[in-house]
Amino acid sequence: MLDKNGIAKRIAKEVKDGYYVNLGIGIPTLVANFVRDDISVEFQSENGVLGMGPFPFAGEEDADIINAGKQTITTLPGASFFDSATSFGMIRGKHVDLTILGAMEVAENGDIANWKIPGKMVKGMGGAMDLVASAENIIVAMMHTNRAGASKLLKQCSLPLTGVGCVKKVVTNLAVLEVTGEGFELVERAPGVSVAQIEEVTEGTLVINGEIPEMEL
Amino acid sequence: MIRKKVDNVQEALEGIQSGMTLMLGGFGLCGIPENAISELVRLGVEDLTCISNNAGVDDFGLGLLLQKHQVKKMISSYVGENDEFERQMLSGELDVELTPQGTLAEKCRAAQAGFPAFFTPAGYGTEVAEGKEIREFNGKMYVLEEAFAADFSFVKAWKGDEAGNLIFKGTARNFNPCMCGAAKITVAEVEELVPAGQLDPNEIHIPGIFVQRIFQGTNYEKRIEQRTVRERL
Repeated sequence: MLDKNGIAKRIAKEVKDGYYVNLGIGIPTLVANFVRDDISVEFQSENGVLGMGPFPFAGEEDADIINAGKQTITTLPGASFFDSATSFGMIRGKHVDLTILGAMEVAENGDIANWKIPGKMVKGMGGAMDLVASAENIIVAMMHTNRAGASKLLKQCSLPLTGVGCVKKVVTNLAVLEVTGEGFELVERAPGVSVAQIEEVTEGTLVINGEIPEMEL
Repeated sequence: MIRKKVDNVQEALEGIQSGMTLMLGGFGLCGIPENAISELVRLGVEDLTCISNNAGVDDFGLGLLLQKHQVKKMISSYVGENDEFERQMLSGELDVELTPQGTLAEKCRAAQAGFPAFFTPAGYGTEVAEGKEIREFNGKMYVLEEAFAADFSFVKAWKGDEAGNLIFKGTARNFNPCMCGAAKITVAEVEELVPAGQLDPNEIHIPGIFVQRIFQGTNYEKRIEQRTVRERL
């Protein structure tokens, strides 16, 4: 079974040379730490920066340079700043190659819910609806089950949707799954996790074709 | 040169009234029009509809207007980090319209550029699209979203000149350029106001035609919401 860093490490392998990548808050943010350093990648933050770098050293924080999580950041050589409409133009116009975000629920048809729990304070969708509706290459990073132990990979989302039919791939602490027409196709198992264990906590249709290899991290 | 310079924030906000719809730039507390917000609090105008990506924190940014119960409605994409906001929203005092962030930016830009509406894929199939026109283009579904209509737009820039030309810094740019010229009157406050001719025309982010009033801001706090640093190895 993987921890959050393990999930991020596995997803980092999906990041290819020349990609512009948007990382959501939470596990996705950790992906940046594991991207190979022999490839060229630029991270976009939807509040208006391409070419995001690591956090600044203490004393070098700049209130005018933050990421979408409102954290102080730095920029790397080749970085640029732009306004919010241009930023979402990059996203909507499919110029961003890969979007990695978290989710509360994913359905076997690719629907995603990650912004609202009825009865709880709703903070808003931020840029999530724009991202999921526009990007062609979306990977969801999440735990396989919620805190109550219930599956987050469902036949149908129970929470209000963020987007419909948009998720292509899900990486959890247990598995890598691809969303196909037939359901969640099991592609890889996390180290030490059996197919049976994955079946037990996947409520949506799980498609298993032949031997399922263990992830290489 | 058409002069846009006014002497102070009081003059810049002349004509503001209760019940108006305002646009306010900023992302979180980054790039917010601090001086205009302080003056709105001082004037005590009420029943405001505020279009702003976020709603500030309890004791800064738009949170200051919320504390004085001056806001009737917020149009935002994300409103966490604010207990008073949550209280007013749950008690029904405050009306909140949540809008996807890219749609919010585009509704500003549409108003600026003279488009009454536009189609976006964001929100299709979700509650955001309820009651809105849906149309298919090249096999994909889109939602019709209308441009904003606002009375005042308050933006914050890094540098500006007396002609109203603006230059932004870092991610403090965010929604500010999209809101320029997107309301009947755009008020720009800047950290450094210079005479016309001192900014290179090649470097201007927003031309002065989109700005009606510009003033030299004072006492910028520029509060950091999430101070994150790394260790020196």
